[in-house]
Amino acid sequence: MRGNLAKAFVLTNTPVFRRAPLPKSYTDFLGRKLFLFLLTIQGLGAFALITLGVILKKNDVAKNVIQPRIRQEIARAGVALLPMFFFVALGLGFLVVGQTVSALAKVGAISYLGSTMVIVVVRELGPLLAALLVLARVGTAHVIELGTARALGEVEALEALGIDPVHYLIVPRVIGMALGIFSLTVYLIIGALVSGYLFAFLQDVALTPGDYFKQIVESLGWLDFALLALKTISFGFFIAIVTCYHGLAQPLRLEDVSRVAVRAVTQGVIVCVLIDALFIVLYLIS
Amino acid sequence: MSENQNIPILEMRDVTVAAMRDATFTVVEGVNWSVAAGEFWVVAGQEFSGKSDLLMLAAGLMSPAAGSLKLFGNDTENFGEAELAERLRVGFVFQGGQLFNQLTIAENVALPLRYKNNLTGAEAARSVANLLELLELTPLADVTPANVAANWRQRAALARALILQPEILLLDNPLAGLGARHGQWCLRFLDQLCRGHDQLGGQPMTLVVTADDLRPWQNARRQFALLHEKKLLPLGGWNEVERCDHPVVKELLAVPIETTI
Repeated sequence: MRGNLAKAFVLTNTPVFRRAPLPKSYTDFLGRKLFLFLLTIQGLGAFALITLGVILKKNDVAKNVIQPRIRQEIARAGVALLPMFFFVALGLGFLVVGQTVSALAKVGAISYLGSTMVIVVVRELGPLLAALLVLARVGTAHVIELGTARALGEVEALEALGIDPVHYLIVPRVIGMALGIFSLTVYLIIGALVSGYLFAFLQDVALTPGDYFKQIVESLGWLDFALLALKTISFGFFIAIVTCYHGLAQPLRLEDVSRVAVRAVTQGVIVCVLIDALFIVLYLIS
Repeated sequence: MSENQNIPILEMRDVTVAAMRDATFTVVEGVNWSVAAGEFWVVAGQEFSGKSDLLMLAAGLMSPAAGSLKLFGNDTENFGEAELAERLRVGFVFQGGQLFNQLTIAENVALPLRYKNNLTGAEAARSVANLLELLELTPLADVTPANVAANWRQRAALARALILQPEILLLDNPLAGLGARHGQWCLRFLDQLCRGHDQLGGQPMTLVVTADDLRPWQNARRQFALLHEKKLLPLGGWNEVERCDHPVVKELLAVPIETTI
């Protein structure tokens, strides 16, 4: 237990880089930035592996404590965001789907509707938008909560009481966010497709609801469902890892928390875009 | 007396202690110290002398930078998950409590017990209620730490450490920031623990506390040590402390400057 966090601590606290003198030239500056970037990648990778290890190894440990915390995190990263996602689904439907349906109808390309909707909403916009919204609403809270707990010595207190901080603080957040983003993405996609049709209907597009949904269903393959699940769970896992890593895995003072929160959200966005790019490649290959 | 009873509960040999926040900085070195069952040690020192780091190391929360630390006769060098039960025989109370701010006082106290024994809140409720009653915390059970005065937070932290029924309790500056009434209560309660508290099984508990003021700890049965200039100097009992010529000991025994308004 003591080793878990310790491994992650040493990675980005390597004094050579953190305490290097101020850059004297652009090459020094870029070199230092590159080293810090590589160290962050290494730290995040180690932290992700440690967390995965704890999830697998401590599956049966303290279930009566951890399971309620997982449910709590699912509620926070999922159920509590439903009203916001309802609003976003309406917006996405009206602004993107409705206009696309209307535009395709005008040029007589309505037969491409299904595949267009699947590519735009199911594969791309739905998962990415859901991930970014959860990152903003819940990921930021993770960094601040964990950073404050770290700065106030709560992590040391957990270790003193024989409670693994990764198991108690990180695992529920990772599982909660992964399941939360998956569920919210499904909700967002369905909401956007329905509200999009409503918008198109208001514009007198000659398309029955039956035809509209039939085209979409026919454009969806099993791979879309599988990759959607994998992609959204990956978003949730890695957003939680990035935000928890910055909040917990480094010794912090209270005044550092806001700075770390900004860094974590920035890196969270980068991670989301990278995962999205990876899945585009997977779609293209498949 | 059996062989096990002769083994010191806590034993340090040539130990070097690194700072918790910066492992490259040595705060105490060359520590040779052993604590036998039933003893009550007061480790005194000025601010930033390394008392907290020494105590955290003694609890097995840090590894020595050099030397060996034994708890209950077992070397802690390779303490890991498998030895967790052994380490939980040591209780630790942080200065200021370091309670979990998201949980209520009752949940704070229950958490270690629930996690260790995989209990639901309801299953742990009775033990928690008894302990809260003993420490006069029942009215604050459902309040979060941020809404409780520091005096009571310290008591809640003590309750949280006692819920696992440790054999040795380490307290980091337990009187810091306490009002006179709470300070007196704390001293009495710790003495009761050392003798064996009736409502906690009656087993005598070994205690180690740190202090930056020696006067409240005056008691012939306590052992004293001084942390100064990176060295741990055992002083002996209270009589030896009073006779000690060390300037820091005199400072720690000095009457505070009276202020008048």
